[in-house]
Amino acid sequence: MTVVFLILAVLTTAGMAAAMGLRNLVHCVLALTVGFTGLAALYLELGAQFVGFTQIIVYVGAVAILAVFVIMMTQSAGALTRPSLSSFWVGGSLVAGSVFAVLAWAIFSRVIPRQMLLPEPEVTVHQIGDALMHRFVLPLEIIGLLLTVALIGAVVLAIRERQGMQ
Amino acid sequence: MPETIDQIFVILKHWVLGYVPAEAQPVFSALLSVVSVLVVFPLLFAITTLLERKALGRIQNRYGPNRTGPYGFLQPVADAVKSLTKEDIVPHTADGVVHFLAPLLLVSAALLAYAVLPVGRNMIVANLNAGVLFFFAVGSLVELAVFMAGWSSRNKYSLLGAMRAIAQMISYEVPLVLASIVVIMAAGSLSTVAIVKMQAAYTGIWPHWFVFTPWGFAGFVLFMIAATAESNRSPFDLPEGESEIIAGYYIEYSGFKFALFFLGEYLGMFATSGMAITLFLGGWAAPFSFLTWVPSYFWFFFKLFVLIAGFIWVRGTLPRLRMDQLMNFAWRFMLPMALLNIFIAGVWHFMPAGPSRWLVCVVLVAAPCILLSRGLKQEKKLQVRTYRFAE
Repeated sequence: MTVVFLILAVLTTAGMAAAMGLRNLVHCVLALTVGFTGLAALYLELGAQFVGFTQIIVYVGAVAILAVFVIMMTQSAGALTRPSLSSFWVGGSLVAGSVFAVLAWAIFSRVIPRQMLLPEPEVTVHQIGDALMHRFVLPLEIIGLLLTVALIGAVVLAIRERQGMQ
Repeated sequence: MPETIDQIFVILKHWVLGYVPAEAQPVFSALLSVVSVLVVFPLLFAITTLLERKALGRIQNRYGPNRTGPYGFLQPVADAVKSLTKEDIVPHTADGVVHFLAPLLLVSAALLAYAVLPVGRNMIVANLNAGVLFFFAVGSLVELAVFMAGWSSRNKYSLLGAMRAIAQMISYEVPLVLASIVVIMAAGSLSTVAIVKMQAAYTGIWPHWFVFTPWGFAGFVLFMIAATAESNRSPFDLPEGESEIIAGYYIEYSGFKFALFFLGEYLGMFATSGMAITLFLGGWAAPFSFLTWVPSYFWFFFKLFVLIAGFIWVRGTLPRLRMDQLMNFAWRFMLPMALLNIFIAGVWHFMPAGPSRWLVCVVLVAAPCILLSRGLKQEKKLQVRTYRFAE
């Protein structure tokens, strides 16, 4: 429990809690971005450079931008607010609390014995590339296919809209 | 003696660190590097604003600023004083916190990118293993700052400008990254120091810079075009020069915050130029082997000046691109060229060295470029313009 980890953990949880609790939707998205950056910093603190920087590129650079575009395009003028307490909150917090309790119990009890903790591997980008091309080439190709399908779907939707306008 | 001059800043830093107790040395070392970046690059920004205004003026057949000081060289000082003393107007309905944080995030993101640029031999702020990846990660923070600026002003035009700017930036980020992947493939490493070291060798007097290979040249051109678009510079400055009366996403900013946006944009331009120099132009390496006695940091800044001059020249020469022309160019020309470039780099790697390799790769670069541009031009059915004048 080093100081760096504590600071980053507080930053991440505060960002995510603010993302759930703030009234203005755009503020929520920005707080979510702070949470993502906190997660990326936690990855970097664990020594996973590739995953940390990719988290920033993908989540902060693409997912957050997507979220703000969606908010901008689907809301009309005026302050974007949502009710702060609704019936979803009770069920949602129950589920979240139970998941957290199970995970905490699993980590703190002897379910995962301490002797099984292996020494930290020194993972370089070279090894990630090697693994992606040799052992995990099938998942890589399937993910590529999935992304292509998403891209084609977006283009089809846009074309249909343009033809609909004409 | 040339080695001492080359490493003079490193020697100075170690000398200063000698006076600091051992526990505080890492922090002080980082502090010294950061302070030197913070001093050098904003100073370069000040010089560039003056240079740009003078050069644009000369291209447009007029003098640039020449009143403040001889040849106008005190103009940046005058600009700084003006922006510091201007009233900071924040619209009443604007989102206060986000409005304040947007220029800060922009400048911070732009400054973070300098951490992985090797300015000279052994002169880099942070020698990361995944340096190039860090650079692109930080570049994606800029788009968020642009959105924050456009949104928080609560202004229709500001929001529109921000959306266009973000669309342009994310479209051109793809060719930017793809053009740099070629270099990463050739160098086999994501570390900027390793990439520069690979280019610092010579055969005879000719350097091993990646720009002197067919795929490197194509990659360099693609990278520079994408860099121009990423920093919203002309001819891609539709978000900020939009009809010249509306400044786009920083319309509601005045005084020092506007200056911070300007600073952030130029710092971004310098950072991407620096990355282009690192990836393609050999970083701090001298152009010919008989010039290696000149210090390494001189070569880096000399190449940076050449690229900045190129940016200013292009700004004064080419007209602004429309939004749809911009997006078409990115997705229909630059993206296929960048993907083909990766293939060509692979061909270069696996063919044996010699003139056949050069011939094949040059043809493979030039033919798709010409065919693609001709093909894209055909669909527009462009004809010679005729004018009818009033009699």
